[in-house]
Amino acid sequence: MSALEIRRADGVMSLQDMGRPGHLAQGLSRGGAMDRMALIEAAALLGAPEVLPGIEMAGAGGVFAVTVPMRIALTGAPMRALRDDEPLAWNASHLLQPGETLRIGGTQAGMFGYLVPAGGFAEAEWLDSQAAHLSIGIGGLLENGQVLALGADPDPARPGQIIEPEQRFGGGTVRAMDSAQTGLFEGDVIAAFYDEKFTRAQQGNRQGVRFDASRAFSSAHAAGLASDMIGPGDIQMTGEGVPFVLMAECQTIGGYPRIGRVLPNDLPRVAQAAPGAEIRFLHVPIDEADALFQSDADLLKGARGRCRPLLRDPATIRDLLSYQLIGGVTAGDELDRA
Amino acid sequence: MTETDLNPEALPAGPDGVLVRFALTPDPAAMAALEVLVAALEAAPPEGVVEIAPALVSVLVRFDPARTRRAALARAVLAEARRIARERPAPPAPKRRWTIPAAFGGRHGPQLAELAERAGMSEEACVEAICEADLRVLTIGFAPGQPYIGLLPEAFDIPRLSELTPQVPGGAIVVAVRQIVLFGAPSTTGWRQAGQCGFRTFMPARSEPVLLQSGDAIRFERADAAEVESLLDSADGLGGAKLETLT
Repeated sequence: MSALEIRRADGVMSLQDMGRPGHLAQGLSRGGAMDRMALIEAAALLGAPEVLPGIEMAGAGGVFAVTVPMRIALTGAPMRALRDDEPLAWNASHLLQPGETLRIGGTQAGMFGYLVPAGGFAEAEWLDSQAAHLSIGIGGLLENGQVLALGADPDPARPGQIIEPEQRFGGGTVRAMDSAQTGLFEGDVIAAFYDEKFTRAQQGNRQGVRFDASRAFSSAHAAGLASDMIGPGDIQMTGEGVPFVLMAECQTIGGYPRIGRVLPNDLPRVAQAAPGAEIRFLHVPIDEADALFQSDADLLKGARGRCRPLLRDPATIRDLLSYQLIGGVTAGDELDRA
Repeated sequence: MTETDLNPEALPAGPDGVLVRFALTPDPAAMAALEVLVAALEAAPPEGVVEIAPALVSVLVRFDPARTRRAALARAVLAEARRIARERPAPPAPKRRWTIPAAFGGRHGPQLAELAERAGMSEEACVEAICEADLRVLTIGFAPGQPYIGLLPEAFDIPRLSELTPQVPGGAIVVAVRQIVLFGAPSTTGWRQAGQCGFRTFMPARSEPVLLQSGDAIRFERADAAEVESLLDSADGLGGAKLETLT
């Protein structure tokens, strides 16, 4: 069996893909990767026609090995990665051979790193997705010694690639549009919200992330409000007027008013904001927000344009003398192995 | 039905959604109008619509931005909502009805006495009122498959408890604000537990993980405690519930 073995799980890891859209009427939220752009960038690096599932690694990675030659992409929050004792570039694809050990350390910035094999995972699907949905008990966290089935790498000889990632790992400005309940907030509260500098709080998980500010942002209409449909990106105000940005595994219905909705393009920036990171929200009119909308296929196309061949840095080659340096006489796979 | 003025609005709801809302609060007239609108949208979805998800007095209509424009969709659904608000057609008859055996009071409904007192009736009358009410699934949410069922008679317009009950069991039938929630899994709640049933609203491994749909008619059938006890762990998760197709 083609498989990826988790020799050691250091971070909080789960299998994720783009989730399960289309089940809101059954009370089931989409779920899927917290940083969807990371899976899109990984697919671009691997030359995949569609987004592939990957291991989402919160905080840190672990130790991994494969039973068949397999290209992997490393994306999302940058982490230190070693193939045996050779440092590997992040935001890049590499070939991993059976017998080699891939070690992925802690995050250097951001929250969630991703390990995406080119063959995809071949684990059991539920409602057409392999993603763990932790809040409702679908799938679970990956553990030491767990073995995950892999599909075949369609093109193991494809040279390694590196991508210029969308910068999203240290907070910053997040665009938001009006939601169905923005009108329940007074104009001065909305203005103050978009003026404020927020700090990503400690409290946060795959359902939502809290942001702290110097003041509260309350709506006078919050009491008795009928619950309605909510989704990832909604900026929900608690009874105390504290904003939570709802994330992949949020509930489907909510009774707290929402002041706005983070554009999907910028939701990965929210996901990757570590506790203490500063975030500002920038109001974008509806027409402008709609014009910015990109399907996953559009985003993948854009990400392909940010890839280039991964050139090997001589400083990272362990034993220069073991390589034939005269052009044309080497095995020709050094770049693939970079 | 009350003669509340309904002023439906079509509002933005995310990058690919329009929310049509009949009211801000769970007003019965707005709930009835919503049922009519959802049935109309499901019977003939506007071009480009990919998902229709009803809540209590609003419905989220998700669209494919490659196939339609927000403004065109909002215009079309708002015109339909306004027509419904004006003409007030009767909600469509339910297409299906679930009959769910349930035990009330005692350890299956520890807050029945309190609920009956707040509703100003005897426990017996309270259970009768719940079992005889013409109930529908109003919406499903918060947790997968979890139904909001209503509406109970006005005597049941009872607020939530200010103190949460730390845990009610799976299958708990809880009541507040003229509605019933049927919990799929053990939950914390501010609603009062009147009864319990063996019907499991969400079972991931079942061929249909979620059985209930918005609009389904619901009838609770009083069963004795021992019978419900034996139905709590039924393998199919139906807990003895029966589904009829109504034509």
